[in-house]
Amino acid sequence: MHIAIIGNGISGITAARFIRKLSDHQVTVISAESKYFFSRTALMYIYMGHMREVDTQPYEPWFWEKNRIGLVQDYVKEVDTQGKALHFTKQEPLKYDKLIIACGSKPNKFGWPGQDLKGVGGLYSLQDLQAMEEGSEGLQRAVIVGGGLIGIEMAEMFHSRNIPVTLLVREKSYWNMVLPKEESEMVNRHIKEHHIDLRLETELKEIVDDGTGKACAVITNKGERIDCGYVGLTAGVSPNIAYLKDTGIETQKGILVNDYLETNIPDIYAIGDCAQLREPRPGRRPIEAVWYTGRMMGETLAYTICKKPVAYDPGIWFNSAKFLDIEYQVYGDIQSKAPENHAAVYWEHKDGRKSVRIVYDKNSGAVLGFNLMGVRYRHEVCEKWLAEQTPIEKVLTNLGLANFDPEFYDEYEQDILAIYNQQAGKNLILKKRRGLSRALEFLQKTGSA
Amino acid sequence: MTLIQKIGLGIFIIGLLIFTASLGLDKYELSADSLSISNEYHAAEILEVAEQEGMLGQTYSSSFDFISAFKGVLKKAQTSLNTKAKENGVPEGVGEWDYKMGDWVLKDYILFTTKKSATGPVSNNPALFLFLSIGLGIIGGLIYIFPKFKLFPGIKNDRIYHRPMTKGIQFSVRSFFLLATTVGILLYGVYYMGNEYFWPALTAVVALLIIAIIWFVEDQRKRQPARSASVDFSGWLGILTGAYLIGFYVLLYWKAEYITPWMIIADPLSLSLSGNEASQWFLYGTLYTVIVLVMGVRMFTKYMHNRYQLIRTGSVMFFQTAIAFLLPEILVRLNYPYYDFKNIWPLNYTFFFDWNIQNLVNSGGLGIFMLGWGIALVVLGVPLITYFYGKRWYCSWVCGCGGLAETLGDPYRQLSDKSLNAWKIERWIIHLVLVFAVIMTMGVLYSFLPKEGAWFNQRTFLGLMIVLLLGAMSFVYLRWRKDRFNFSTLGILAGWAVTLILVGVSAYHLGTGDGKFLFMSSGVTRQWYGFLIGAGFAGVVGTGFYPLMGNRVWCRFGCPLAAYLGLVQKFKSRFRITTNGGQCISCGNCSTYCEMGIDVRWYAQRGQDIVRSSCVGCGICSAVCPRGVLRLENSAMDVNTRATELRALHITEEEVSII
Repeated sequence: MHIAIIGNGISGITAARFIRKLSDHQVTVISAESKYFFSRTALMYIYMGHMREVDTQPYEPWFWEKNRIGLVQDYVKEVDTQGKALHFTKQEPLKYDKLIIACGSKPNKFGWPGQDLKGVGGLYSLQDLQAMEEGSEGLQRAVIVGGGLIGIEMAEMFHSRNIPVTLLVREKSYWNMVLPKEESEMVNRHIKEHHIDLRLETELKEIVDDGTGKACAVITNKGERIDCGYVGLTAGVSPNIAYLKDTGIETQKGILVNDYLETNIPDIYAIGDCAQLREPRPGRRPIEAVWYTGRMMGETLAYTICKKPVAYDPGIWFNSAKFLDIEYQVYGDIQSKAPENHAAVYWEHKDGRKSVRIVYDKNSGAVLGFNLMGVRYRHEVCEKWLAEQTPIEKVLTNLGLANFDPEFYDEYEQDILAIYNQQAGKNLILKKRRGLSRALEFLQKTGSA
Repeated sequence: MTLIQKIGLGIFIIGLLIFTASLGLDKYELSADSLSISNEYHAAEILEVAEQEGMLGQTYSSSFDFISAFKGVLKKAQTSLNTKAKENGVPEGVGEWDYKMGDWVLKDYILFTTKKSATGPVSNNPALFLFLSIGLGIIGGLIYIFPKFKLFPGIKNDRIYHRPMTKGIQFSVRSFFLLATTVGILLYGVYYMGNEYFWPALTAVVALLIIAIIWFVEDQRKRQPARSASVDFSGWLGILTGAYLIGFYVLLYWKAEYITPWMIIADPLSLSLSGNEASQWFLYGTLYTVIVLVMGVRMFTKYMHNRYQLIRTGSVMFFQTAIAFLLPEILVRLNYPYYDFKNIWPLNYTFFFDWNIQNLVNSGGLGIFMLGWGIALVVLGVPLITYFYGKRWYCSWVCGCGGLAETLGDPYRQLSDKSLNAWKIERWIIHLVLVFAVIMTMGVLYSFLPKEGAWFNQRTFLGLMIVLLLGAMSFVYLRWRKDRFNFSTLGILAGWAVTLILVGVSAYHLGTGDGKFLFMSSGVTRQWYGFLIGAGFAGVVGTGFYPLMGNRVWCRFGCPLAAYLGLVQKFKSRFRITTNGGQCISCGNCSTYCEMGIDVRWYAQRGQDIVRSSCVGCGICSAVCPRGVLRLENSAMDVNTRATELRALHITEEEVSII
């Protein structure tokens, strides 16, 4: 059986690797962007000079040959679902028995005047990076539109080369539809202390042409003109599916798939950023364009194709990011506007760059989520607490089990517990300090809740 | 770069230029006073020959001319003493070699006479030049570094790959440097060893064998290493730095007579510490310590946010300054043996040499303690502490080589080769160096020990070695069998082969009481070890290649102690780097900044704990991880299953079969 995979991002490559692990099927991975799989999340580090492009490739070139994973670098023009073939811009068509579409997303553009000028771009692909690199030559200022994860990454990139940056954020506070108020404000402060010009409640109205087809300024919704040589568009991404229009594959925003990641057409599957679940799990979005879900989908689909059908289950939500110097981890259900039943213990370090928020159910007392800024927690421990709906007091008194900060770092569990004690009028005492043995013992115990 | 930093850099460069230029500022003149030879027969003869040759009273403008003339004089004096001894016999009551001049004394005669014969600005003002070279270097370096304390705590790797100093060099250029240096050292080795061709030839054969094994048995021939080196030829500043360092080490180890002005510069410091004049080794120790301290401060600025790094850096700075540099000098001043308490065999390969043991034994209670301490570190310290904390307790907290790598070498850590190829080569070379160190030391000890009589003689020694070798290898084998360790069968077989050969040889000598261990002269073996491993590998390649192949070339490919610590770490240690569940984004910062060339991401992205014998536990992978995925931890629990089993990311086999 020949399995063709469109897209060599984390979803497609994970699917290919697990198909190879589980079967002897012929596998071909197609990408126009790059011959070899690279970590898209590391694009920023190439620009910043932390890494070379080759360092972002998790596998050496021989890996693909050794594992008999065929690589095709070409652009898919057309998918012939009847004849089960892919048509390319350059090479001969390729027949497949099963097709996995994992072609990712593209940066959003909302019809701004001037959005297609030279010196305007997103940050998604190697080609985007190339454009940024070219645009950086002699650059006096960059304006970035969009206050999300990519926006702040782009700001950090220009900042690393001492290029002044203005960051336009539509909302009242950075990423406040995801981050709770305190965390969001922490990031605001941090952006400003890096001397990045943060403009809250400011939207892009127009990008100005310098007369040669190149951007030279932006005009905001407040009528202000900001001169700049580069405009970064980072207002989110959407599935990159335009080329599938007339194939009969059912799409909405993304390619519609069922729990088994199957599209409406037999033997065609979709995973990763471009897939839209028909019935997402409660509390989850139909399209989750993050690294981790892409990887899970790839692995799940490989089992479905090679062994037995496995329904896609993203498990307990987790994510991570980094806002300049502040690391961010989240486990479970953290909402920017807490629902009625959510209560929280919130601790913030006096340096204003670290915080821990633990959310629990007011009524049942079960822990619901962890939101961490500048502090590292153990994924497995948090996940187990969340899965077992552990009471908040049990979590807090054992909080050391979750601590994943490097050795010799200050431990804040005591302070966090003290805040809860104060809030609840209790006098709980911290039982478990951090340590791998204790954490592993806890993980081995079944049904400890 | 701020203005202050530019000024600092300028001062540093002036210091470096003066330091380099000081080698050529003095003139040289041989006189009765400058002849630094205590042997009266030799001194008289040399003076006489020098007189005849017209060398006395003549001023040489360069050390090259002086040394070449002086070498001629020495050769003539040697011949004439030989003739005199033949014709007239050696004077009554004088040893033959106290009268005749052996080849082995020439090196020191040349070195110290050259040093004494210098006249000019440097030798007239050593303290001034100490300040103008090393002093300005320190001041400039610190001025350059200090403004960085004002930056925010956080990762500071911006533009490392844009700088000509730190971006590395092309694979082909790197290969050229490596090949040229290796061949150069081997060729010089043939000359260095005189008529003994055995060891240089064996080394060449072993090198070719390793390449053959990697290429053909392990089938790496066609695999283009991708993450090995830079893509272009723009890392020119790194190449210059590497060339300077390589040149420095070649002069230091083999041609110290050309760097006597530096020894003169170090004299004031040496006199105040030990009361002796500076040797080239004192000069080296001074530079080493100064560099570890200044670049240690740089580490503080770079890793302000990471207390593990701050404490660890403080630790290597302390051990280098207090234990490796000051304490031995003070011991010498107090008439005790020179001893570095933290230097462990087999890194300290001279520890079991006859002269060292004799020196220690003859130095009273403290000497005996030092002997016992050194042995205890090898047999108890290394296995026990490594079991609890991993080899990092030594390699990145205590060791001097590690200390230099973690401070001076930190800007180059990203240049270590991450290819699988490099890992395979590394395992062969480093373990062979360990084997070489064991064979060399066994030979030296065997020839040093009495045949019989004393309780610890050749027979008890061989018996002990048989027990130790068999015990260690059996332990490794059983661990491997029981836990199905992630360790290649080829490696285990090679281990058995070496063990059985050594045990067999020991048993043979035990039976026959034959004189020479492995039928070789232990003197020649150790001469080659000192030349190839002690100087060539540890110095020239080990440090000279910092800007070319990363800062741990010696520690990763060559150090026999690292190999020993690594075996303990691999087979019986609680230390591992844990991976934080599924949080890895495969970005590759960890792998890029691993100085030991471990592809950390390979494990992290599968959620696998990392147990690698080469890991020195520097903790940088954890520090540079943008998503909080890695942590250095100690625990004996589950170390095998979490580290070796391929842990599924999301779905386990069991789950699938349930559905």
